[in-house]
Amino acid sequence: MSLSAFDAARPPEGPRRRGGRRRGRRTLGEVGMGDGSREGAVVEDVEIAPGDDHGSYYGRPVVKAPPWEEPIAIYLFLGGLAGGSGLLAFGARCTGREVLRRSSRLTALGAAGLGTIALIEDLGRPERFANMMRVVKVSSPMSLGTYVLASFSTVSGVLAVLEVDEMTGRRIPLGPLRALLRLLEGPSALVQVVTAPLLASYTGALLGNTVVPTWEAGRAHLPALFASSASLASGGAAMLTSPVAEAGPARALAVAGVAGEVASMHRMKHAMHPLEAEPLEIGRAGTLLRWSERLAIAGGVGALLGGRNRVIAAASGAALLASSALTRFGVLYAGLESVKDPRRVVVPQKARLAARRAAGTTDDAITTAD
Amino acid sequence: MSLLAGPDGPAASSGWSAEGPRKGFFTDTSICIGCKACEVACKEWNHNPVDGPMEILGSSYDNTGELGANTWRHVAFVEQGRERIEEARESGRRLVSLGMPGIGPKPSGPRGAVPAGDLSSTDRTPPDTPEFRWLMSSDVCKHCTNAGCLDVCPTGAIFRSEFGSVVVQEDVCNGCGTCVSACPFGVIQRRDDGTVSPHDEREAPDERRGTASKCTLCYDRLVDGEQPACSATCPTQSITFGETEELVEDARERVADLHRRGMTEARLYGANPRDGVGGTGSVFLLLDEPEVYGLPPDPQVPTKALPQLYLRTGLAAAGMAAVAALSFLGARR
Repeated sequence: MSLSAFDAARPPEGPRRRGGRRRGRRTLGEVGMGDGSREGAVVEDVEIAPGDDHGSYYGRPVVKAPPWEEPIAIYLFLGGLAGGSGLLAFGARCTGREVLRRSSRLTALGAAGLGTIALIEDLGRPERFANMMRVVKVSSPMSLGTYVLASFSTVSGVLAVLEVDEMTGRRIPLGPLRALLRLLEGPSALVQVVTAPLLASYTGALLGNTVVPTWEAGRAHLPALFASSASLASGGAAMLTSPVAEAGPARALAVAGVAGEVASMHRMKHAMHPLEAEPLEIGRAGTLLRWSERLAIAGGVGALLGGRNRVIAAASGAALLASSALTRFGVLYAGLESVKDPRRVVVPQKARLAARRAAGTTDDAITTAD
Repeated sequence: MSLLAGPDGPAASSGWSAEGPRKGFFTDTSICIGCKACEVACKEWNHNPVDGPMEILGSSYDNTGELGANTWRHVAFVEQGRERIEEARESGRRLVSLGMPGIGPKPSGPRGAVPAGDLSSTDRTPPDTPEFRWLMSSDVCKHCTNAGCLDVCPTGAIFRSEFGSVVVQEDVCNGCGTCVSACPFGVIQRRDDGTVSPHDEREAPDERRGTASKCTLCYDRLVDGEQPACSATCPTQSITFGETEELVEDARERVADLHRRGMTEARLYGANPRDGVGGTGSVFLLLDEPEVYGLPPDPQVPTKALPQLYLRTGLAAAGMAAVAALSFLGARR
């Protein structure tokens, strides 16, 4: 379709050069003639995606990654650590393990506090963090998680103050508050133990309730993975901070956590489309997750066999803490990586659409012919 | 989980009176000429800053790239040769032969609200260019019936307007970013680099800095009885604004018309209320598979699976507590 008489004077175009990935060449007949008699590509070096390569718009992402960076991974780790420590603290309270109780309560408050700071740090407008408390939304794991974190942190604060007061021989000038706090100890411990496992596992729902391919595909297994990772982290922290005589339950929790983590990671990858599982295995995330698994197994074996030796227990505990942190960073990075390639969105979506159609459901596609 | 959508439409289910009809766009890409007037009008009206440094992206005439915090309308350009055109026609034909209920040409009815400068009587036949074709499509927020961003927003900054659209209150949003990962279409984004305002007010602070931003369906214009800037400016009526129900009817008629002319590649995107997002307020007529335009082929709102996910989370928490209890019960002193 020529618009100008001068188009007739255009010289015939040579074959176009195209770099990058394998792309089919168009013949002159396909792209339009130099005589202007047919419509054709006007911009030089335009990449035309032919054949099997046309399943995306110039390779651009279809969905967007959340603006979550390292502070979020740190929060995922610290939230898990805090939750697991909350469970250990309650168990220690019930069985009279005083050092384990104290160290776990202090860990719980420290981790929850630092985690909250990391969470606020990652907001686009940190000064508005209190807006999280404007509403309660069941449809938002972030909203419910905020309330879990807030209640856990509050009661952890009460319990930690009591512990520090006890440690310093009641030298904190609490005045009449001391009696009130001691009265609150029981209810606070109860609230802590109820919110603790939720704090450790809700982050799995937070990541799972997205359209980020790797997280979406792993949504059934992420809560279990994160709860396991939290178990081994808090067990490791207790092994590091408590005497071996009292840390028996912490070792057991850590070993169970290692087993749970290895199993849920395996099941999660197995349930995914290969394109969705790949980001967990390649690149930076793959490296982190491989080291995470090694450290978890090393720490678990150390806890199982040498947990009654103070040095081995401490080393194993440190390895377990590192493993949990690496898991969270690995899962976060894998998700952020998975949105970059549109194939990870388009291919699994087409596959599930085709599977539904093959199963006889033809009325739930977004694309319709009429 | 259709928390925010019922049979009366999303606006009514969110507490607005059911009187006002749902408003939205119908974007007929078969008559888009790629002039980008919608992009410009949108940027101007909404005072949206530029997207980073200006550069040639090497993707045909599209140097905008994608929808984002600063780009609420994006015109896609796709160049296709004969082979691809035939594939698109074939995939459209397969779609028709799926045997979906209600197939077949619809009797033509009167158009709904006809915007000024009615072109409906003119011949809209696309030029017959079997060797090569441009696909041009103006993409926008879908204003889903079940909107992921709205569902997961923990601050209540995102709300359903009385027009059925999904709008962010930039003075409430704290930029947590949850909505970004909940949008199956990759529309909403946090404005982190939006410090460059239009040049006449470069010193003015950007109110949307650090908050999630996306198309508002020109909420400020709608409350004054105007139509959105993009549809008002579209010179070919490729973008039409109106009541969603009437627009979908128009869209179905248009597809049937194109099919009658042998253009079986024509299909609708977002017109099915049974799809993964409950249907969209922005309906598109596409001439190829959605992924060719950068649209997801099977978008599912993440909150649809939230009940099962909460169950899994509860089980994981219970399991963790049980293991901890056993650790203490089984431990020797």
